[in-house]
Amino acid sequence: MTNPLSPPPRKNPQIRSVVPTQPLEIRSRAAVGLTACAAEGRFALQTCVECGTVQYPPRDACCNCLGVELPWRDITPFGELLAETTVQTSVNSYFRERAPWRMGSVKLDAGPTVLCHLHGDIEPRARVKMINRLDKAGQGVIMALPMERTPNMEDDPILRAISCDPKLRRVLIADGRNPNAPALVKVLKDAGATMIFVGEAESWRPNPNRALMPDAEILPLDVTDTASVKELAGEIGGKVDILINNARFLRPGGALARGDTGWARDEMEVNYLGLMRLAQAFGPGMCARTADGVNSAVAWVNILSVNALANDPSFGSFCASQAAALSLSQSLRGEFRSSGLRVMNVFVGPTDDEWHQPLPPPKVPPAGLARSVVQGLRDGLEDVYCGDIAKETAARHAENPKVLERELTMGGAG
Amino acid sequence: MSTLTDFAAGIAAGAIRVVDLTHTLDPDFPVIILPPEFGQCARFRMEEISAYDHRGPAWKWHNLTLSEHTGTHFDAPSHWISGRDVPNGSVDEIPVDMFVGPVVVIDCSEGAAKDDDYELTPEVITAWEAEHGQIPADAWVLMRTDWSKRRGEAYLNMTDDGPHSPGPTPAAMRLLVEERNIRGFGTETVGTDAGQGMHYTPPYPAHFILHGAGKYGLQCLANLDQLPATGAVLMAPPLKIKNGTGSPLRVMAMVEDKS
Repeated sequence: MTNPLSPPPRKNPQIRSVVPTQPLEIRSRAAVGLTACAAEGRFALQTCVECGTVQYPPRDACCNCLGVELPWRDITPFGELLAETTVQTSVNSYFRERAPWRMGSVKLDAGPTVLCHLHGDIEPRARVKMINRLDKAGQGVIMALPMERTPNMEDDPILRAISCDPKLRRVLIADGRNPNAPALVKVLKDAGATMIFVGEAESWRPNPNRALMPDAEILPLDVTDTASVKELAGEIGGKVDILINNARFLRPGGALARGDTGWARDEMEVNYLGLMRLAQAFGPGMCARTADGVNSAVAWVNILSVNALANDPSFGSFCASQAAALSLSQSLRGEFRSSGLRVMNVFVGPTDDEWHQPLPPPKVPPAGLARSVVQGLRDGLEDVYCGDIAKETAARHAENPKVLERELTMGGAG
Repeated sequence: MSTLTDFAAGIAAGAIRVVDLTHTLDPDFPVIILPPEFGQCARFRMEEISAYDHRGPAWKWHNLTLSEHTGTHFDAPSHWISGRDVPNGSVDEIPVDMFVGPVVVIDCSEGAAKDDDYELTPEVITAWEAEHGQIPADAWVLMRTDWSKRRGEAYLNMTDDGPHSPGPTPAAMRLLVEERNIRGFGTETVGTDAGQGMHYTPPYPAHFILHGAGKYGLQCLANLDQLPATGAVLMAPPLKIKNGTGSPLRVMAMVEDKS
């Protein structure tokens, strides 16, 4: 079993906060394929189209037949631990600070032997389950876990370092008026978050969600108001370990369905500039606290429409704001990278709310979205597709974005 | 001494009090809420351009975003469909002498304290006139409710069937406009109409009747409890916005205290 994490003591105000360090970031272009799979939590390796060989480490040609067509395919994530060692020190500051660090070689059922991180509960020569995750440098790394769940296994220090688990962390949910806010509060509480702050704009209007969030601290926050965002960051910015930006303004229609740019402006104010205001106010403080012990800052979560990838003209203007937010989230990944703060985008299809009321199912319910957020955090993902429509749209986009665009922009006869 | 010299001397000596009837423009001040499928009133927002920093080393200034109808504001006739063809119906066209004039205050604060949906009726107006004399033509009429002292949710007072706040009945508006020929009507609430004003015939009678007759509105006023029932002068000049249907503004009243 793993020693359970204990709630951290209050910080000693006379000691400097630990400055974040990182594992090595540099990889070959071929190896970044592993990172792309880890971003979605897939255990995949290069698989030769010509001879079927599964290989690791990634290369530009097949180690068996020199074939160069080597797509990353999901493979069976099991193997057997061959040998292990525990690194006691390192020239790299990140590992030196975290030693001892357990590593080993695992013979995969799919063929290759991989050098990987080892969970503390694995017995010698045991069968293991493999995961592919992002490390603090944002690069894909492979870790072996016990085949069966062990007590407190998520508290293993190596696993904790490559996840964004909300357990014992403090979370800010940006918009307490969003229908998904109560569900987010509930799953985060169940996941062991110690404090849940919820922003609420316009306290001069009733908020029926308020009564549904007894476990949350409700604080004034309006993402369209720079002063409001700065003020809250000034008050609690040093206590936010996970920020969930669920603020969203949405109205149906593209350019011609509307006679003006009023709602488009609101969509950009909330969905794009709101994200920027939050990032400018909370980002620097979170980036400075990514090595701050058990309740270190760990993740920035955006909830985006999957039509950020390809526009759905029935919500055309809204989708444009989502594309802008997606693009900004990529910039934030770059800006946060050296701190190790993860940006996780949770893509959803139509959500079960008033603005999608006339649409047929399936629609993403608040509880389903909330579960995806917590699971994505536990798995340390960058890209989460919540619900069938988001998954299918993302798959079609990956296959051929132009075909998806054409299908989404069919005329009335389509 | 001329009238204006006397006036300036009166202000300097404190014989004439200048009362600020304006709420501070603040991002948290309520605005009217319409059903979400309608366009909405922009909230007041202020973004720094620079603050003696790398964006402008020696100066601080802001860009503002707001609606014509955000905060304490003036309604021009063109604000309402009934006033769309009224001559000089937008704020830039209204003759400037309309912005300074006599004001009377009908104190409804006692009734509004007991009933959120308190109505200003012809009976209330005639009872007021019995005490203070007939409302003079071309005067501003302000409805005092002390609503401006409310904070947070209590100001709009929204429930599932909409906002609840005091306002005039259609008959009261017809009396004020058609028989007294007032200049305009002002309130402490978010609009010149009652919170439930959409359920009158015509809906929103203050807006419909005032603006259809080329009269003006003022709302989100404050400090009406500092004004006498009669005898004060109101200054309410909106910004000169081309084709503007209204404007945030500083509203002041001048009150001559009886010695």
